[in-house]
Amino acid sequence: MAGGRRLTPYFLLGPGIAWLIVFFVIPMYFMGRLSLYSGTLETGFSFDWHWANFSDSLTLYDEQFLRSFIYAGSATVLCLLIGYPLAYAIAFKAGKWRNALLFVVIAPFFTTYLIRTLAWETILSDQSPVVDALDTVGLTSSGRVLATGPAVIAGLTYNFLPFMVLPLYASLERVDERLIEAATDLYASARTAFRKLTLPLTMPGIVAGTLLTFIPAVGDYVNAFFLGGPSNKMIGNTIQSLYLTQRDYPAAAALSFVLMAGILAIVFIYIRFAGSEALMGEEAEPAGARA
Amino acid sequence: MSWLRRNGISVVAGLAIVYMLLPIAVIIWFSFNDPAGKYNFTWVGFTLEHWKNAFSIPELNDALLTSIELAALATLIATVLGTLIAIALVRHSFFGRRTANFLIVIPMATPEIIMGASLLSFFLILNIFSLGFQTLLIAHVMFCISFVVVVVRSRLIGFDRSLEEAARDLGADAFTTFRKVTLPLLMPGIVGAAMLSFALSVDDFVVSNFNSGTTVTFPLYIFGAAQRGIPVEVNVIATILFAVTVAAMGFTVWQQRRAEQLAAVRPEQETEPFAGTPAFPPAPGTAGG
Repeated sequence: MAGGRRLTPYFLLGPGIAWLIVFFVIPMYFMGRLSLYSGTLETGFSFDWHWANFSDSLTLYDEQFLRSFIYAGSATVLCLLIGYPLAYAIAFKAGKWRNALLFVVIAPFFTTYLIRTLAWETILSDQSPVVDALDTVGLTSSGRVLATGPAVIAGLTYNFLPFMVLPLYASLERVDERLIEAATDLYASARTAFRKLTLPLTMPGIVAGTLLTFIPAVGDYVNAFFLGGPSNKMIGNTIQSLYLTQRDYPAAAALSFVLMAGILAIVFIYIRFAGSEALMGEEAEPAGARA
Repeated sequence: MSWLRRNGISVVAGLAIVYMLLPIAVIIWFSFNDPAGKYNFTWVGFTLEHWKNAFSIPELNDALLTSIELAALATLIATVLGTLIAIALVRHSFFGRRTANFLIVIPMATPEIIMGASLLSFFLILNIFSLGFQTLLIAHVMFCISFVVVVVRSRLIGFDRSLEEAARDLGADAFTTFRKVTLPLLMPGIVGAAMLSFALSVDDFVVSNFNSGTTVTFPLYIFGAAQRGIPVEVNVIATILFAVTVAAMGFTVWQQRRAEQLAAVRPEQETEPFAGTPAFPPAPGTAGG
């Protein structure tokens, strides 16, 4: 009976964890393996440690790689610049409107991802009033927004903004307003109080939000597909077309692998730089509650 | 000028709200459009024609049905598997618990394209599964499990265990206690997790794009149709889906509040000796996320 109880958690975990191992972990191994195949669709593929896939695809598509990281980075910065004031206003200024505003933040999720990106195609299309307005202010070159880099960045910013706002809100909401009052009572200016108090206290939210925005944005190909032109393709577009149209599987797998490694490297450096406790402070709490 | 300094944050926040709502307004607005050509990008005139014939495109209907069927099955499987994992993680300490936790977090932090690409590589090399509904189901269950675990776990953490102890004291066996006490109290979390899974599955494009074979789901239909012009009916259906989701969410929030009220009242009445404890677990549902 005692032995049976000790096995209980494994019975509970078993099926779900097995699903994740077989269909998430093991496929990563297969992707790595596929990246070392050689051959073409016509001659057939075979595994022969073909490392050249990596160097070939990197030299061929370095531009798309660089562009993905620049676009995703810009979108992340924009999300932070838009998301922080929004989260701040919801946490401290919204009063009874707080829940309604939080609802607005997640409302985009209630429409299909592709359709809301297509809605941006409508908004940014050449005849749209928004583009006319931007044009009169002189913010467009040649009166076009669609099929440019900024259009892709705007789409990425829009689609991933909720991932920034929600963790920011969660950390701002926990800031005790009395601390800020105390600081201003002690003659700190609003700016100093923000810089010395609110900002450090919400660092976990900033770190979580930027990661949650950057990671999906860098692999995205939907925004570049609908809002960008041929010169705005991101690495996701390349991987997608290599896998699904050109069927150059080894090159596609090699690119995916490099993308994953690049993301991991950036996340790792970022967490080192931002301080790991900033991130773990968020994570450890629910996980460790009953440890 | 000083007005702007005082209200600068609210102004930026207001603009951000407009930015978030604009595309949704456009989607709904263009469902009433009467486009001249096949492209629904410019406003021509108001018509209810497409609302009357919302379900008149057979391929679109098929795609929608496939999506709903797929999401229902994926939700069912992921909710069961994820709930069991959540119970194991919260209720038991065991060897490998950290690894299990890690394995739950990683899929949520992986870009979709990597999940899609690696699964396709796996299916291509193994050559056991033919790409189609079954591979879509495998993929959707895979990326839904983690979200189910997170939602149900947060519900379990704020769980008052004295209720279960009371049931056991009154002679209920472990299974009856689980069925009559644990499960009903967990239900709001499980329902929330199931709804989240369903939404994730219906909306998924990237992973599905890689692993669908010739099967067409709703997002895949839109992607295919985008090149030759999206029919206005897509906007109509998107508007309907939006309304249904909003209603469903309103309902869950309402139901969750009610369940919380019930859960908050009962322990005090039934387990008098532990009168101090009900206040201890943080109000459930704050973690509903």
